[in-house]
Amino acid sequence: MCRVVDLRQAVLAKNDRCAHDLRADLAGRGTVVINLLSSPGSGKTALLEQELLLAVARGVPVAALTADLATENDALRLARSGAPVKQVLTDGLCHLEAGMLSGHLEGWLPPQTRLLFVENVGNLVCPASYDLGESLRVALASVTEGEDKPLKYPTAFGLANLVLVTKTDIAEAVGFDEALFRRNVQQVNPGAPVLLTSARTGAGAGALLDAALAVADGTAAHAPVMARQHPHPHEHPHDHEQGHGHDHNHDHNQGHDHDHEHRHASAVPRPHA
Amino acid sequence: MHEMSIAAAVVGQVEAAAEAAGAFAVSSVRLQVGELAGVVPDALRFCFELACTGTVLEGAALATELVPARARCAPCAADWAVGMPPDLCCPTCGTATAELLSGRELQILSVRWEDGPTRAADREPIHEER
Ligand SMILES: [Zn+2]
Repeated sequence: MCRVVDLRQAVLAKNDRCAHDLRADLAGRGTVVINLLSSPGSGKTALLEQELLLAVARGVPVAALTADLATENDALRLARSGAPVKQVLTDGLCHLEAGMLSGHLEGWLPPQTRLLFVENVGNLVCPASYDLGESLRVALASVTEGEDKPLKYPTAFGLANLVLVTKTDIAEAVGFDEALFRRNVQQVNPGAPVLLTSARTGAGAGALLDAALAVADGTAAHAPVMARQHPHPHEHPHDHEQGHGHDHNHDHNQGHDHDHEHRHASAVPRPHA
Repeated sequence: MHEMSIAAAVVGQVEAAAEAAGAFAVSSVRLQVGELAGVVPDALRFCFELACTGTVLEGAALATELVPARARCAPCAADWAVGMPPDLCCPTCGTATAELLSGRELQILSVRWEDGPTRAADREPIHEER
């Protein structure tokens, strides 16, 4: 007999559960994850190298995991900072998933790590859909990428807790319109903080480290509007069209962390009442 | 192209559900995709076909239901279609405290399958739409 069965399962439920568990597990160890998203060539590695050096100099226990499609250059470069660094080759996969990250941390992440920087695969589309259990998501763009980057990649910039501009030393040379860039960030992510940095001149050095430390110390990161939708309204079959029929006063500061939401998904079709 | 991963996740979830229900031959899957879900439906359809090969979903059709993104402003209660690229600042009062009402959905709504002949009797009743 042919029949239509209601499943109402979030496609990313497994990743979201995994991310939630990882975040809780790491929080128990005093570690927070910073997920860095950018296009290739955005200067993410140079920036991260600088922040790791500063952290090591200040005695902050940091570590970095860098995901790349095929080479190990980034890891070698980051390791010069003296911080523990791990390279993950994704074998062509365009993004990291929470389960992969969790597996890579096992047996590697030093137990006293305060901040774990994850340099996601260089791509602003795919990684945006996957919560890695981070407490701070950062979207980076260099001044050479154009002011409309946030509009072209609204999910990456719209879900970021922090937006970071790199290579500001050449902003004038490439005619970067900072005000326009900021307006575009505000359009997709109202209220998102924007930091300006240059690894070459050292402008903004330590800003990312400070932002990460603030979150690790319990300061709420900026909550993006896009992350503020009731995350899985369908998990409540009786009001699934009413994502807003819910108490809006509860804590939405962690856009990706909704402890109460991730336990309902089931691989078995739910019998209807 | 994470549509391949998304497609694989859809197929995996449907396979598990079909197996648990003793069903075989899935003929269609209805998927809800929000405007801001970060998924390209055409790319997903292409990947879905590949991901179905050799599974109980082989040959299954994918129907995607698009959900427009809407936001609502808390202070002034205006609500609006955010468009693409989305404009999430309130067009009425300019406040930056909007709540997204819809647009981030990415979920399997329903599946159409053929029930197995043997298990049909001892299984719990399942909601039927038609
Ligand atoms: Zn308003």
